[in-house]
Amino acid sequence: MELTPVYNDKVVRQFAIMTVVWGVVGMAVGVYIAAQLYWPALNFDLPWLTFSRLRPLHTNAVIFAFGGCGLLATSYYVVQRTSKTTLFAPRLASFTFWGYQAVIVLAAITLPLGITQGKEYAELEWPIDILLAVVWVAYAIVFFGTVAKRTVKHIYVANWFYGAFIIAVALLHIVNSMAIPVSLTKSYSMYAGAIDAMAQWWYGHNAVGFFLTAGFLGMMYYFVPKQAGRPVYSYRLSIVHFWALISVYMWAGPHHLHYTALPEWTQSLGMVFSLILLAPSWGGMINGIMTLSGAWHKLRTDPILKFLIVSLSFYGMSTFEGPMMSIKTVNALSHYTDWTIGHVHAGALGWVGFITIGAMYAFIPRLWGKQAMYSIKAIEVHFWIATIGVVLYIASMWIAGVMQGLMWRAVNEDGTLTYTFVEALKATYPYYAVRLLGGAMYLTGMLIMAWNVWKTITSDEKAPATSTAAQAA
Amino acid sequence: MEFDINTLRGLLTAVLMFAFIGMVFWAYSGKRKQDFEEAAALPLSDEHPAERAGKRS
Repeated sequence: MELTPVYNDKVVRQFAIMTVVWGVVGMAVGVYIAAQLYWPALNFDLPWLTFSRLRPLHTNAVIFAFGGCGLLATSYYVVQRTSKTTLFAPRLASFTFWGYQAVIVLAAITLPLGITQGKEYAELEWPIDILLAVVWVAYAIVFFGTVAKRTVKHIYVANWFYGAFIIAVALLHIVNSMAIPVSLTKSYSMYAGAIDAMAQWWYGHNAVGFFLTAGFLGMMYYFVPKQAGRPVYSYRLSIVHFWALISVYMWAGPHHLHYTALPEWTQSLGMVFSLILLAPSWGGMINGIMTLSGAWHKLRTDPILKFLIVSLSFYGMSTFEGPMMSIKTVNALSHYTDWTIGHVHAGALGWVGFITIGAMYAFIPRLWGKQAMYSIKAIEVHFWIATIGVVLYIASMWIAGVMQGLMWRAVNEDGTLTYTFVEALKATYPYYAVRLLGGAMYLTGMLIMAWNVWKTITSDEKAPATSTAAQAA
Repeated sequence: MEFDINTLRGLLTAVLMFAFIGMVFWAYSGKRKQDFEEAAALPLSDEHPAERAGKRS
């Protein structure tokens, strides 16, 4: 067997550390605003601390800072190893790290100040948008340059998913952020009316499809086979579901705009494509989970594998729930309620969070040349506290959401509304406490992880070159 | 028959459907088996040889 090249892991280590840091920060902001919904006085009547300004900070921090750093870290790690070569343009790779961190810091400053384009998940104002576009193009050059100089024949399937994620996010970000600046901190969208709404949700849903799905499927296709120690269940299925997934996702956006000014046929089209999406989504889930067939016993002893496999269960759950919620009659009940929040967090905490956490635990010891994470026990504790946290979070939001939907639509015999809005809000109140508890548990898990990562990279112990027995423990 | 935008839409649907079916046949043809097995093994063969020997046991 030929010797493998020395990989460029500096930028991977930088992004890995920031994944954990931004994970803690972004989730802490989430817990804080969840607490505000229970104790509104927690905004202290300060404009910078209001829910309306911190909520976009939370979503940007967890999706783009935590999730984004995780994707950049793992994609640089995976593309080198599966292409058996080092990173193309290492200086440019370094620029993507500092540039991306600059975008995150600018977001953390401008959003609490109320500087926003007002588009969900695309709030950042135009100068930051331009910086992000430049960083993203640099990322694409590094990634595809590395794929191009690979020393093996095949482009491994994980790289196809990462590649689709990189191209689609560039396209989405640039098209949806088109705006006319009126000052350094204010701009207006280039689109108007229903077209603006459609462009926004074409972007918004594909941010889910390509950022939060395709990218993390890339992560899954490397780390699940790696941790299970066996090749992916069906490479053929991975190809079929890849092409199906990326072709279908692009059309599902209109389900965010049911019963709005969007033309009726566009809504129906979005609904049909969302329903079709179930098939390629479950293709990925089945492929990931079945990779473990014949090695199920490893789940008992390996908490990292637990994170990876349970993430796929949450992926399967939320990609079943999503198409159901896109059906117009179901959406009539679920839209604008906390059911949507529950659905999003099943995907975000369960799928994206767990697969990222699992990948971090799997590669952090390798990146720092250690035998294993400092405490395997702590990973186990993290797994259970996070799992219970997610379940509390999504169950409370399901109940709250369905209840809100039913109360809002209830009418008396004379056609008047049965409940006032505030009555529905009052009925929701206890569930906000359960959600807060669930979120706090998830955050606690992240803090345990941060401690474990810190102890792992600062410990003196080095991995012996020949034995990796502890890795399997 | 009048040839308008809807004819084009119908044709496009048919083309995409055949492209998908073709892709499934391509992926599941026996000729690709060897290639795919090599590709699927890539993540498992990226470590230092010594480390890999330890992992297998």
